[in-house]
Amino acid sequence: MCVDLGRGVRDIMARRVAIVGTGQTHHRSQRRDVNGREMIREAVMRALEDCELTIRDIDAIVIGNMDHFESINYVDTWSIEGSGGYMRPIMKVTTGGTTGTTVAIAGYYHVASGLFDRVLAIGWEKNSESDTTGAIITCSDPIWDRFSYSGAIPSLATEATAYMAQYGATQEDAARVAVRERTHAANNPYAHLTRPITIKDVMESPMLSYPIKLLDVCPRTDGACAVVFAAEGVAEKICPKPAWVRACSVRHSYTWFGDVDYDIGLLSLERASREAYREAGIRSPADDFDVAELYLPYSFAGLKWIEVLGFCKPGEGPRFVWDGHTDMGGKIPMNPSGGVMSTNCIGATGLLRVAEAAIQIMGKAQKRQVPDAKTALATGFGGCWWSDVVILSAQKP
Amino acid sequence: MERIAVVGVAQTPYERRKREQTYYDMVYDVTRRALEDAGYSLDDIDNVITISNDFWDGRTISSMAVQEAAGAHDKNVSTVEGDGTFGAFYGAMRVLAGFRTTLVVAHSKGSEGDPRFITNGMFDPIYHRPLGIDAIASAALQASAYMSRFGATEEQFALVSVKNHGNAKRNPHAQLPMDLTVEDVMRSRKIADPLKLLDCSPVSDGAAALVIASESAAKRARTRPVWIKGIAHCAEAYFLGDRDLANPLALKEAARKAYGMAGITDPRKEIHVVELYDAFSYMEPLWLEGMGFCEAGQGVRITEMGTTAMGGEMPVNPSGGVLSAHPVMVAGLARIIEAVLQLRGEAGARQVEGARTALAHGINGPCGQSHCVWILGGE
Repeated sequence: MCVDLGRGVRDIMARRVAIVGTGQTHHRSQRRDVNGREMIREAVMRALEDCELTIRDIDAIVIGNMDHFESINYVDTWSIEGSGGYMRPIMKVTTGGTTGTTVAIAGYYHVASGLFDRVLAIGWEKNSESDTTGAIITCSDPIWDRFSYSGAIPSLATEATAYMAQYGATQEDAARVAVRERTHAANNPYAHLTRPITIKDVMESPMLSYPIKLLDVCPRTDGACAVVFAAEGVAEKICPKPAWVRACSVRHSYTWFGDVDYDIGLLSLERASREAYREAGIRSPADDFDVAELYLPYSFAGLKWIEVLGFCKPGEGPRFVWDGHTDMGGKIPMNPSGGVMSTNCIGATGLLRVAEAAIQIMGKAQKRQVPDAKTALATGFGGCWWSDVVILSAQKP
Repeated sequence: MERIAVVGVAQTPYERRKREQTYYDMVYDVTRRALEDAGYSLDDIDNVITISNDFWDGRTISSMAVQEAAGAHDKNVSTVEGDGTFGAFYGAMRVLAGFRTTLVVAHSKGSEGDPRFITNGMFDPIYHRPLGIDAIASAALQASAYMSRFGATEEQFALVSVKNHGNAKRNPHAQLPMDLTVEDVMRSRKIADPLKLLDCSPVSDGAAALVIASESAAKRARTRPVWIKGIAHCAEAYFLGDRDLANPLALKEAARKAYGMAGITDPRKEIHVVELYDAFSYMEPLWLEGMGFCEAGQGVRITEMGTTAMGGEMPVNPSGGVLSAHPVMVAGLARIIEAVLQLRGEAGARQVEGARTALAHGINGPCGQSHCVWILGGE
């Protein structure tokens, strides 16, 4: 009864799409001075200023966050005064930690579809108003695994332990990643945590779940990010150096934390990145990318997941990082923004990766600029070991 | 717009409580059946859109529970939090952007939540929530505004309920097929003045899925494709006090854009059947006005004249509408599916003869703050 559609051929040519403007708040642990809508508006106004547009130029809006953090239902309709959605199409997308990249990718498809020329993508979170862990725990099945193995840290601790056992990596290796993130954050005026730390600081910070210590993990942040996507023909007129979207790839495969093979690690990232590399013509990630903004929610991800992404061989992550390849000025600078471990406004976190990658291509990163960055990788992580991958380039696809 | 089509549909019967199924069980059922309907295998599905809401599911990252059930394993997938029409809108955009087939699936188990608490969560946490306002109380304000503006009466609203519950008798999926009189509705328990029990939709359990395909993929489907001719959505102001509740501005704009895409200039003549989001009886005439089927204030009039009844000039909600089954998030997707069945000529006892163009509609937010309009065509 089934028909064979064949594979690999696309019927409709997607329109080419670029990022032409970005905006973000100055991220803080607590923004008492603004409510959620006002915080969203800050990011939106900065994104519009960045590309010299007004809200009247925006054809559609996509927004995302996590409902249970602020306890706002129907955030799309609630946000109107901050997002600028009055008498415009606005929709909400949400996928947990990957929400920010999900928002970016939805912004891309809005424009690629041909239905809209200029689209605003917004991610935000006001974690100071939430019981973040209390909310995240409820992602798991209420009967089987909510009370045993849910939330952000347990599965990460499992992966880290498996990685250490497999390759002899140490907690100090991971601490080196945490130190890098914080060192880079000092160059980013928007970052939440910018005080420099040492390996000793990380090692002496309180143990949360072996081998993850307080300074190995991301904070919770109040903040918002907005990104303007535009179609080919429109983008070039708005922005002198648009960041073209070369590939978007997504894998949200698992439902149960117990189904993840922690020895293999982040299979979703492997699958999504290889699909995106094919589409963007990336053969050797360490050579072909000039900069990477990776969703690394904890330090061990900066060892294992860069192997998964193909920046180095399995087990070589620690060496690659210790050799300085991922530092500013290195072979492939990672997270010039300071990354997720320095700033984590959850619904915005993935979008910040895409925005920061775009800022690098546009040459607007100031103190955190990687010179002459032409091709950038952004990733998102969340849900049940899910991954999103976005590749941006100065060169039109 | 490139030619894209709905090629597969499935929905569960809608019920007060589906004790025997979790929502991922329901999602698995409709996913499998929508693929069967299209004659596709799971390998033929390029990408997936799931639709869910963390409040209604009582679960953060509510999409996490349904990824496997929706066949999304190792596929490009995303999740829309909103009515099914909005999720399907994203699904359609992804086909327009190069995917050949999108599976769109929505689920809801209203029976497991507290609708008053959940819909209170739509409102401003500082100024409005403490008043206890929820979906029903805000709808009552809108009904009152409509009555006071145009002189519409409760009896006229009751007629909508009588018609739609009557239509539901011909829809095997409907939860509340009923033989009612205006008097029955008028005498039903007062919920929030002027709304009575039989002016309000139930809260239902159920799921629905559809497959959207590009033209060449549609040619290889088993079903007769139903073409997506026009789609648009639009939102208006958030605070109820900032809105004219008797004038659905956002719907007018969404309909205008959707008609423009579909080349419709006279909707009353060119659209043969309408499936709209009548969460409350008064919504049907108000939305019909917003869609341009009649002048402002005339929605109740065309209901009285029988224009919107089965056998009328332009039947509205032959399925029984949302009044007869209201699985939140799913309900708009069900409207699209009902429109598709009408255009395929497969609507069974509720078939509108000669239906060639249909309108399907969904809403988000309080009192229809955001509307999504679909124009579908059989040719």
